[in-house]
Amino acid sequence: MSINRRNFFKVLGVTGVSLTTGTAIASRPEAGESETEFCGILYDSTRCIGCQSCEYACAETHGLPEPTEFPDPAVVRKTDETRRMVINAVTTDDGEIYVKKQCMHCNDPACGAACLTKAILKTEEGPVIWRSRKCMGCRYCMVSCPYDMPKFEYHSANPKIEKCDMCFDRVKEGGIPACAESCPAEALTFGTRRELIAEARKRIHDNPGQYVDHIYGEHEAGGTGYLYISPVPFEQLGFDTSLQKSSYPALTKEFLYAVPAVFVLWPAMLLGLQQATKNNNKNDHQNE
Amino acid sequence: MSKSQALYRDNDGQPVIKFILSELKPRGKWLTPFNIISIPVMLAGLVIIIFRFWYGIGAVSNVTQEVPWGLWKGFNVVTGVAFAGGAYVLTFMVYILNMKQYHSIVRVTVLNGFLSYLFYAGALILDLGRPWNIVNPLIGNSFGVSSVLFLVAWHFVLYMIAQLIEFSPVIAEWLGAKRMRKILAGMTVGTVILGITLSTLHQSGLGALFLMAKEKIHPLWYNEFIPILFFVSSIFAGLSMVIFEGSISQRVFFNHISEKNLQARNNIVHGLSKVCAVAMFAYFTLQLLVFLHGKRWDYLDTPLGYWYLTEMLGFVLLPMILFFVSYRKMNINHIKVAAILTIIGIIMNRLNVSIIGYRWDAAVRYVPSWMEVVVALTVVFTQIWIFRYIITRLPVLRDPPDWAKE
Repeated sequence: MSINRRNFFKVLGVTGVSLTTGTAIASRPEAGESETEFCGILYDSTRCIGCQSCEYACAETHGLPEPTEFPDPAVVRKTDETRRMVINAVTTDDGEIYVKKQCMHCNDPACGAACLTKAILKTEEGPVIWRSRKCMGCRYCMVSCPYDMPKFEYHSANPKIEKCDMCFDRVKEGGIPACAESCPAEALTFGTRRELIAEARKRIHDNPGQYVDHIYGEHEAGGTGYLYISPVPFEQLGFDTSLQKSSYPALTKEFLYAVPAVFVLWPAMLLGLQQATKNNNKNDHQNE
Repeated sequence: MSKSQALYRDNDGQPVIKFILSELKPRGKWLTPFNIISIPVMLAGLVIIIFRFWYGIGAVSNVTQEVPWGLWKGFNVVTGVAFAGGAYVLTFMVYILNMKQYHSIVRVTVLNGFLSYLFYAGALILDLGRPWNIVNPLIGNSFGVSSVLFLVAWHFVLYMIAQLIEFSPVIAEWLGAKRMRKILAGMTVGTVILGITLSTLHQSGLGALFLMAKEKIHPLWYNEFIPILFFVSSIFAGLSMVIFEGSISQRVFFNHISEKNLQARNNIVHGLSKVCAVAMFAYFTLQLLVFLHGKRWDYLDTPLGYWYLTEMLGFVLLPMILFFVSYRKMNINHIKVAAILTIIGIIMNRLNVSIIGYRWDAAVRYVPSWMEVVVALTVVFTQIWIFRYIITRLPVLRDPPDWAKE
């Protein structure tokens, strides 16, 4: 949604043209502008059987160690520098159910806005990826992410950020992520975010009483690429439902917008003050 | 006549390299209390730093996946920069408002500010996981312009250059480079204006860094006004540091300060304390408004609530009252106590935002390891060593040489 330089010039051009020729051109939508759609994954916790096929597939695809723990309601497993995703078992009002945790691939990710080297990037396809050549390891992405998903290899002299990249290498070639491919229960569906939301709505509508009427990720943190539907309220699955509905980078917008204003106003004001007080001492003498 | 020749000739005919080499020799007593404490700490710190680069940050530091910024960022960078704020406030008073009476301390304050920034940038490099990519935000095609940290990084670098230029006439006087001094001194007002603008932005920018950590920071310390609060508090944090550092310099380096300036010191301190009083009043009022507006009453009757009250009442309100008490009738001791309380209060505030209040609800709290503490102290001690070296050699506290009189 942000305005880049090319769009800026486009807008500038359109404004200029419409000023001379009228409003007809400006009101026409730009071709190709709204056609980019983010991909995402829909996770249906009523279908998940907790078999960890996705975990094994993920570890194998990304060269990480095989999982050694099983989902256990007594333990909350977390992703870390050796596992990009985990399946947890949770005891809820609806009995024991499973939930998958990994990077949410926000539409407007806080980690990406935080990154000062663009090492973390929201790709046009939808996955949020990390690029080693750009990263300087400041870990501001970790500070900013509301889901605490980027993980850092603290015990390495050449540390990497480890997080789910929605198998970007596969997705950009038209493939589907390893976890979604490996799921035997069709709990994971890969597709465009728009299709997935429609599919989630359909499932909620067609199976009354089976789901709570909430697609987690539709609005949370400004919308996420990963979407969840569940038979129980999401707090019970360990989700933070207090997260704001607007995007996190919006929180820094006011500050960033103030910067150019200060840069223009301050020097002018300071120079004015300096000139005004410059001859203070001389004037005092004259007045005496 | 070329510049190098000018340098060569100006320095009483002595070659510059030889002069610098002669200045490198240590001077003064070795077994001072400060040396006895600082040398072992610095040696240990050096070993730990080598460890850190060999085995990774996790080998020496207690930072976790949930709390990725520890003492080096929270104390050395976020807290330290607040105390370096004295430089922009003082250059504003002296060069913009032309308050000549503060001129005698402007050099030492700028030096302090510059060294602080230099060493906080150093601490930052220690904390970077992949420091070899540090040029990415500055050179190349990797500009993350929507990042607050990107702005802070640029302002940091530019402000360091500005401060170096502000300080450079002193170096020229030391080397006896008359022409250079004239050129560099002519750049002062321009760099001061740039420096104040940059300071405004990155003092507040350091606060803005935490804006996205909305759910992670304790509600008593998180609010959308963090940038403004950080900026306003940097004014009195910096000046309190100037007062504190001045009272120590006055004892340790008294032989470098001229009689006239020594006598003027009390009036300078009094003037600065008034600025502190007013700035703290503004800050306290802002904090109060933020608190009332956010309806944070429920949090007060908790352990962190008491901690918040301690910070606000004991280390903001109390020193503010002390500054105001000596507003009309000067009391140097009140002012010094108030300055020390203010400094403690600022350390508390910055650590509360960046470490203590950060992930305050986590099951496992971050507590810095002893090695992190040693490295944090090493950075501060090294800075003091360099500061002392420069004070004893360059005309910082001393009056400038006769040829450089304005």
